[in-house]
Amino acid sequence: MDTLVQYLQYLVNGLTLGAIYALIALGYTMVYGILKFINFAHGDILMIGAYTGLFTYTALLGESTNAAWMLIAFFIAMLVSMAFCALLGMFIERVAYKPLRNANRLAPLLSAIGVSFILSNGAAWLFGAQSRRFPYPFDDTPIMLGGISITPHQILTVVVSVIMMVVLTLFVNRSRMGKAMRATSLDQATSELMGIDVNRIISMTFAIGSALAAVGGILSAFDFRVYASMGTMTGLKAFVAAVIGGIGNIQGAMLGGVILGVLESIGAPLLHIPSALKDTIAFAVLIVILLVKPDGILGKNEREKV
Amino acid sequence: MASILDIDSISVRYGAIEALHKVSMKVSEGDIIALIGANGAGKSTLLKAIVNQVPLAEGSISFGGEVTGTSEKHRKSVPTHLLSKRGIALVPEGRHVFADMTVEENLDMGAFLVDDARLIARKKEEMFDFFPILGARKAQKTRSLSGGEQQMMAIARALMSSPRLLLLDEPGLGLAPLVVQDIFNKIAMINEQDKVTVFLVEQNARMALKASSSAYCLENGNIVLSGPSDELLVNDRVRAAYLGE
Repeated sequence: MDTLVQYLQYLVNGLTLGAIYALIALGYTMVYGILKFINFAHGDILMIGAYTGLFTYTALLGESTNAAWMLIAFFIAMLVSMAFCALLGMFIERVAYKPLRNANRLAPLLSAIGVSFILSNGAAWLFGAQSRRFPYPFDDTPIMLGGISITPHQILTVVVSVIMMVVLTLFVNRSRMGKAMRATSLDQATSELMGIDVNRIISMTFAIGSALAAVGGILSAFDFRVYASMGTMTGLKAFVAAVIGGIGNIQGAMLGGVILGVLESIGAPLLHIPSALKDTIAFAVLIVILLVKPDGILGKNEREKV
Repeated sequence: MASILDIDSISVRYGAIEALHKVSMKVSEGDIIALIGANGAGKSTLLKAIVNQVPLAEGSISFGGEVTGTSEKHRKSVPTHLLSKRGIALVPEGRHVFADMTVEENLDMGAFLVDDARLIARKKEEMFDFFPILGARKAQKTRSLSGGEQQMMAIARALMSSPRLLLLDEPGLGLAPLVVQDIFNKIAMINEQDKVTVFLVEQNARMALKASSSAYCLENGNIVLSGPSDELLVNDRVRAAYLGE
């Protein structure tokens, strides 16, 4: 019985982690869907998002310990961080990727790695190498549910992530621009013929993906702290999550994120993997997926009807 | 009659290869005009040039009296995505439907630049009346449609923007003769009832000449013949080269 409770606890932790992976994976997958390009600077956007959120939050909070204001300040900080990262994402696309759109496929990839270095080293230079704690905007005393401990920040993480994903799904499926985004990812040349400004869609895609990464960055900061290279491993794992779900597929990214989070959380104790080697699980899963179903769980075989 | 599309001596090059050489054409408002030619003659390139999806090396293109495409460096061609608003719609070769989207969503994309939701709804109803099979399948992914249905879907999608000029690239390609006949009947109706000027590119020269009022023959990037379609149908050179007689 004890072990069951324990594994339920791992499941809860895994779902929380997975929600964060999912948010970040969406940025990789949406950009890939349209440009067939992996934005390796995406992980560093989440780091910038976490710093922006942290600085805005502490600035807004000042000396206040008012519980309501803490929560409001937190959400304002999140919105500010989303807006800032959206602009940053669009700016990076414009400066580092757009000029290379017709170049060799390797060129934007290298450019992305360059941007990644600029962002993470720039942050280390500006904000120092030491990591910072992201203060909880509430009392984070765990709530006990039949032996399982759930912390308020875990609830916040899951609730915010689910809201973001629902809004994104509605946007992509129902709104005019969302449909245009899907059309562009299916067929750029034909989308242009419909009057869709593909450049605008690409900008918008980077903006949305980066804003979601900002949220993911802030939420992950509760558990992992804020530091200049925080985006590297989390970004890489979110990328793995996107591949697991089927890169280019929005539902796939959400599913892949959750699956990866849960596997990581449950897999380590189940397989007696020391926690220092926990990160290997993600990549082992990646290898298995690439061998068994290279297009990912929800990815489709690109066999077009002629 | 006023010409709606005026192609003035355009050339298109892909690297060292010249795909079109000083091609000139005039399309009169309200006409159905056909461009026939073998595979690789440059027919699709010409359509892509009209919608500015390939750059012009020489010459210019005017639509409705305004220059939309130019080879001059200091003047800019109108970007492809703005041509739909001006009234040009292209049904690309191979249909290029948005396969993972439903029929209705495809039609929504065709009306991307239409702001009036009521007008979009009305146009959709018109399309479902005109192509009943699309109405029956409006909630299905386009992927599940047959080739002929996809072609109709692509035409309907193009008509959603209420174009003045409809460019059709090989609408009969890969379809059964009866389906092709059906599609050509629809094209004639679109031209007659909606007063849409039609520019038809076809390998099937006989169908194209019968459906059009005048035609051009393209060979290796050059216009080699042009004239009223009924005359070309009995022209010896056309009969030998395109009609297999």
